[in-house]
Amino acid sequence: MATYTPSTPVDDIGQKPPAPPITGGGDDGRGGDVPDYGARLRRARLGLICGIATVGMVFISLTSAYIFRRGLPTFQGESNSYVRDWGSVDLPWLLLGINTAILLVSSISMELARRKAARQAALAPVTSIPGVSLGEEKNFPWLGITVVLGFAFLVGQGLAWGELHNRGFFVSTNPSSSFAFLLTVAHALHLAGGMIALVWASSASLFHRPVEARRIAVDITAWYWHFMAVLWIYIFALLGLAR
Amino acid sequence: MATPATVHSHAPQGFIRKYIFSLDHKVIGLQYYFLALTAVFVGMFLSLLMRIHMIWPTASIPLVGEIKPETYLALLTMHGTIMVFFVLTTAPQGGFGNYILPIQIGAPDMAFPVLNMLSFWTTFVGFIVILCAFFVQGGAPLHGWTGYPPLSAVPSAGPGEALGADLWITAIAIFCVASLMGALNFITTTLDLRAKGMTLMRMPLTVWSWFITAILGLLAFGVLLSAGILLLMDRNLGTSFYVPLVVINGQVMGHKGGSPLLWQHLFWFFGHPEVYIAILPGMGVASQILSTFSRKPIFGYRAMVYAMLAIGFFGFMVWGHHMFMSGMSPYSAFAFSILTMCIGVPSAIKTFNWLGTMWKGHVRFDTPMLYAIGFVSLFVSGGLSGPFLAQPVLDIPLHDTYFVVGHFHLIMGVAAIFGIFAATYYWFPKMFGRMMNETLGRIHFFITLAGTYAIFMPMHYLGMAGQTRRYSQFTEVAYQTKLLPLQTFMTYAAFVTIAAQFIFVINLFWSMFKGPKASDNPWDATTLEWTTATPPPHDNFGGKTPVVHNGPYEYGVPGASKDYVMQTDPPTQPVH
Repeated sequence: MATYTPSTPVDDIGQKPPAPPITGGGDDGRGGDVPDYGARLRRARLGLICGIATVGMVFISLTSAYIFRRGLPTFQGESNSYVRDWGSVDLPWLLLGINTAILLVSSISMELARRKAARQAALAPVTSIPGVSLGEEKNFPWLGITVVLGFAFLVGQGLAWGELHNRGFFVSTNPSSSFAFLLTVAHALHLAGGMIALVWASSASLFHRPVEARRIAVDITAWYWHFMAVLWIYIFALLGLAR
Repeated sequence: MATPATVHSHAPQGFIRKYIFSLDHKVIGLQYYFLALTAVFVGMFLSLLMRIHMIWPTASIPLVGEIKPETYLALLTMHGTIMVFFVLTTAPQGGFGNYILPIQIGAPDMAFPVLNMLSFWTTFVGFIVILCAFFVQGGAPLHGWTGYPPLSAVPSAGPGEALGADLWITAIAIFCVASLMGALNFITTTLDLRAKGMTLMRMPLTVWSWFITAILGLLAFGVLLSAGILLLMDRNLGTSFYVPLVVINGQVMGHKGGSPLLWQHLFWFFGHPEVYIAILPGMGVASQILSTFSRKPIFGYRAMVYAMLAIGFFGFMVWGHHMFMSGMSPYSAFAFSILTMCIGVPSAIKTFNWLGTMWKGHVRFDTPMLYAIGFVSLFVSGGLSGPFLAQPVLDIPLHDTYFVVGHFHLIMGVAAIFGIFAATYYWFPKMFGRMMNETLGRIHFFITLAGTYAIFMPMHYLGMAGQTRRYSQFTEVAYQTKLLPLQTFMTYAAFVTIAAQFIFVINLFWSMFKGPKASDNPWDATTLEWTTATPPPHDNFGGKTPVVHNGPYEYGVPGASKDYVMQTDPPTQPVH
């Protein structure tokens, strides 16, 4: 175990600072009755990383299935030869482009909501002192806006599916339309899960939960939401580039 | 979502919150354990029916009736699925991992107790759904635990392939979700809730094994979930991911262009790590017990950790060795073959380290130790046939024979079960506060060891003699009838071995209520679970937070007052 010396000699400036003491393990600050929100936030984020890894694996395996199936030759009895049956889906690009823009804007509003929640949590000890006020903070409902935009995205996706039906593409029409529906619906379901978390996080203040607990809920929902935006761009690119 | 471990330091009082929808990892661990115990008896009963049918194909069995060939395939499918998912994945990880891991790292609970409860009840729902497949129109599916399409993807392909197969896939999808929640919780708990001083290299090897298993689960079950969704779509939405143009009973199905090989790739990308999900916790338990009962530090602690990491890493690169029969390119087969044999290196490191741990130790032959030695024995016996099957040129003639059945039952089935038995006998005093009966334990061990070898070793010879697997009967096939005496012997061995399991159940439940009271540390072991009360209080350490100063296997330390130094004892090595 390295010995920690708190004072750094002047002529050591620019050198690598001494290693901090290795306490090892998870010193998660348990003990006492006051919950340690810093530790809770770290734990929730770690859990979220694992969750994102899981969702990532689901979409990685769907991608590999997509690429495999796309390149697969199919035996055709009539011509007694192998042909590609992949086909091509005529996706409603404009509508999907608008949906993408909506989702990206929702990601920005989610980030602003996350920062606001973090600021409120950081200032909570100060504002809880009677008579202390930090001035009137603009109470812009970023979370509410994100919920509305997320809902708009889902409605937009619904319209896109309807448009695909109008153009004669159903889930069983050909393998490319199967994947187009599968990937977009799977993403929409995951986003809907994020919406439930968002509603839960926004309603936290109704149940008089501590501002720090609300901050954790908003924080991890926000990272999940950003992941959903990135995932959507990935799916959009896959459907567009590997048609 | 982020329910912290600190919130519920007081034990809930109501029956439902305390025993049914409990947030306590210990109760959830026991729930998983008893779910797996129920499942293993269901799976064992199915295997008994199969063994009876093989040698007396026309016998009418009370309550079951005569077993038809399709019933045999349904038994085979359900035996495999229930055993792999609801026993070998559930008991070692969900059961013991849940109960012991938080205590061994000095945590009051898992990181997300609500998620933990949800993952158990989701597993439970999965088990109920898969059992329902027996009772629907057409019965249980025929496609084996690996569920290869097109058989599994076309509802009219056979009895049981309609609603039964839908229930089977749904149950597996539910199980995937449950396992993913569990894996997330295990990883976060291990990384974030360790007590002060519990560095990664001071974690008991059991914790390492559960941690690595959780990582494998996190990366593998999502793939199976995707594969299952594609299969459900092929079955119910008319897509053609897996199904080529097929004609069944003269009728052309609506599919075309799909590839059954796509399922095989996705399934085995999950399936091979799943083998390690079943066996790694057994390796951890064997290491823990061999060190404790040899009164010696584990031989090569770091090598053991790195070997487990290597096994987990290679586990994701060898799925193709299940598919040598599929006509893959010889170059791919060569790569999969070499990578598969690479796994022999960390496996051998572990085996030699286990033997090195026992070498010249003051070995105490209590029941947990017997089972740990049995685990090593089965791991070697089952493992040695692995390099045979890893070579395409040998796998092709052996693949569809009993050789493979013998191989995976010894290494993945019985070895993992011996890990579960070892863990049960070892941690029972901590979990229930009483000791299990030693005599019954020994009788159970010797019959089970001899019995399982008697059942599964002859399968290797049968396979080399060309006896095909998955066939429901051999009495009508001329060259196979000559092998019937060996099959008959295996069935009798199965009768005896299954009967011996009732000794275990009697011992388990009798000891739970009538066994002699256990002390806090009956095995003179060093890890954190033995520092707390027996059974542990609701928050595991009675309001105290343990601080760790020593490694997990400090036995026979020179100059120490007794032959072991607990992890919380003052440091044995001077700080430098």
